Amino acid sequence: MPSAPSKNYTDDVSLLVVTLDTNPFFWSDFPSHFSDFLSQVLAFLNSIILLGQLNQVVVIATGCNSCSYVYDSSSNKNHASTNGTMPALYSNLLHNLDEFIANDKQLTKAHEPGTVPSSLLSGSLSKALCYIQRAFRSGPMHPQPRVRLRYWLIIFSVCKDLPMGLNSTYLMIFTFYTFNFCIAVSLQITLSIFFRYVAIMNAIFSAQRSSVPVDSCYIASSNSSNSAFLQQASYITGGIYYKPPQLDGLFQYLSAVFATDLHSRAFLRLPKSLGVDFRASCFCHKKTIDTGYVCSVCLSIFCEHHDKCSTCSSVFGQSQSVAASTDNRKRKAE
Amino acid sequence: MNNIAGRPLNEDDEEDEVNEDGLEAWERAYTEDRSWESLQEDESGLLRSIDTTAIQHAQYRRRLRALASNAASARIQKGLIRYLYIVVDLSKAASERDFRPSRMAVITKQVETFIREFFDQNPLSHVGLVTTKDGVASCLTDLGGSPEAHIKSLMGKLECSGDASLQNALDLVHSNLNQIPSYGHREVLILYSALSTCDPGDIMETIQNCKKGKMRCSVIGLAAEMFICKHLCQETGGTYSVALDESHFKELILEHCPPPPAIAEYATANLIKMGFPQRAAEGSVAICTCHEEAKTEGGYTCPRCKVRVCELPTECRICGLTLISSPHLARSYHHLFPIVPFVEISASSQNDPSHRFPNTCFGCQESLLSQGNKPELSVYCPKCKQQFCFDCDIYIHESLHNCPGCESFRHSKSITTAQ
Repeated sequence: MPSAPSKNYTDDVSLLVVTLDTNPFFWSDFPSHFSDFLSQVLAFLNSIILLGQLNQVVVIATGCNSCSYVYDSSSNKNHASTNGTMPALYSNLLHNLDEFIANDKQLTKAHEPGTVPSSLLSGSLSKALCYIQRAFRSGPMHPQPRVRLRYWLIIFSVCKDLPMGLNSTYLMIFTFYTFNFCIAVSLQITLSIFFRYVAIMNAIFSAQRSSVPVDSCYIASSNSSNSAFLQQASYITGGIYYKPPQLDGLFQYLSAVFATDLHSRAFLRLPKSLGVDFRASCFCHKKTIDTGYVCSVCLSIFCEHHDKCSTCSSVFGQSQSVAASTDNRKRKAE
Repeated sequence: MNNIAGRPLNEDDEEDEVNEDGLEAWERAYTEDRSWESLQEDESGLLRSIDTTAIQHAQYRRRLRALASNAASARIQKGLIRYLYIVVDLSKAASERDFRPSRMAVITKQVETFIREFFDQNPLSHVGLVTTKDGVASCLTDLGGSPEAHIKSLMGKLECSGDASLQNALDLVHSNLNQIPSYGHREVLILYSALSTCDPGDIMETIQNCKKGKMRCSVIGLAAEMFICKHLCQETGGTYSVALDESHFKELILEHCPPPPAIAEYATANLIKMGFPQRAAEGSVAICTCHEEAKTEGGYTCPRCKVRVCELPTECRICGLTLISSPHLARSYHHLFPIVPFVEISASSQNDPSHRFPNTCFGCQESLLSQGNKPELSVYCPKCKQQFCFDCDIYIHESLHNCPGCESFRHSKSITTAQ
């Protein structure tokens, strides 16, 4: 051990907030089944609770139309309703999840064929962060002074091979949370994608400021590329980004990569980042660009030079010197 | 205090006596804190500290409403790309000890907080440091985007002597800010301890030059109000304030973090060419241009000239391209789309059947019923009608900048985006 104070961390208590993406449009097309996925995640959650008596797990389900808390291991209700056939975690969580999915389905409106409605990642992230703030406020959950509470947010994200044009919109963040975040790129919904991207980024930066690492587990078919969005999120907050190569052994990946507490991570060889894509996509053609033009007033990104900003309708000078000279000429003419 | 020459030696004792009316240190702790006033007796006769959260929250909401009404009164444009010079007065007045331990130490501490907060809120902006002492002004750091570099060089230069010179400082900043591109917003923040200025020429001329140079000058005084500072701020559209104590000073300086409303003719709209570098994999070795060292941690590669830089946002040292990441851009957007203030739920509307609230906070799931099953004060979002507790309200507006309710439902989402 490098230093004496590290002893204080041996009794670390973890609060793990998991956001679980239940987007039915994604799972219906995905080769593996949601129930398989869920059973591995449940085993993982159980192992987190078993790792320490004071560990706490909160699960937030993210659907296409709503998101909601489905499980909180600190809530008293959980222990009352054990019926003997299934542990409390499973029965409560599954019951709430069923309810949630049924409600979410009712809210579903017709969507355009060929597109996959995105999950409301920003909503569940915001909720998760509010919950973590509450834990910050209430202080240490255990009277022992040496117990330090650790906060993790794990997001599991599921994504199909979607066009990577708007790659900045895929964001998966946080340890111990499952999230699916699917976005279909079509020009009609660009604006809402843009706002969702901003909302998710707001949440990420807020997590960074309160030093909550966001681990993301990106569930996608093996031949699809990495999610730039989630990589950015994990990189910014100091969490781990991992894309399991095979979903059959998901539990092994989860317990090896995400189950370690923050202190232990310093001693482990965890997956290193293979480079993070910080490119942006332009507002005009949805192309991913590495150099572009940014409007100084509203910060819209364009891939080519425009005379007028299409977002805030400011008129740009052709170039600074030309603009200055034409202005002068106009003034003289007046 | 008639022996001016002897001041540096005797200063401590004299200052203390003058400022604290001859109180001993232990007495001062009581007069300042007045800790007994924040105690009250509860039903069982125990002393408890007064619950001030409701009062604090009321103050916070007042501030929020003021901000929102400002924003609503005009569809204001905000200067998101700021070039700010912080002028730190290191004249001998900065060694006064009316702030603990000295004005200079307090200023340095708060400047550090300010610089970190400033870059957090304005990732596309640049800051430079200027100090003034001995009647001259000198540039401590050039305009740059790295908070650590500024803080480090400020910490290394902590000596105060001589007089402050407002005119020299303004002239220096003016000549430096003249070179920045036209889309940038030029700002100066002066932290002024002295009650005088030692100038070589006519300062009114300098103030007019600053006005012409479109510099927005703000001053935070630590001593007393000065006419010349007030005049400077009025002429250039800045704000002038005088700090009462350390916490007030912190409040005043942090007010300069959010981007100010842009004055339309001060900066022209322009398209800026920017590069979005990718981060290289961990373990790849490359020599960075900023430190000229071989590094393995992985850095960013300029998309135009392919050199390695360590930090974003920055300017490429080789080709001069502004390098930025898409999250940095996204981080600035919340200034442009602030979330609406939440509406307070009063006790009467709580009983109104048309407004049934579940009495748990939508954000953190905390129950909003206090011991007597009486609903506590809470707020709701006017857009999504979800109920939140006070703590979440503050967190949402100050840090998160997202409404969890609006983000959690697709229908309300579409309303938000339609606007």
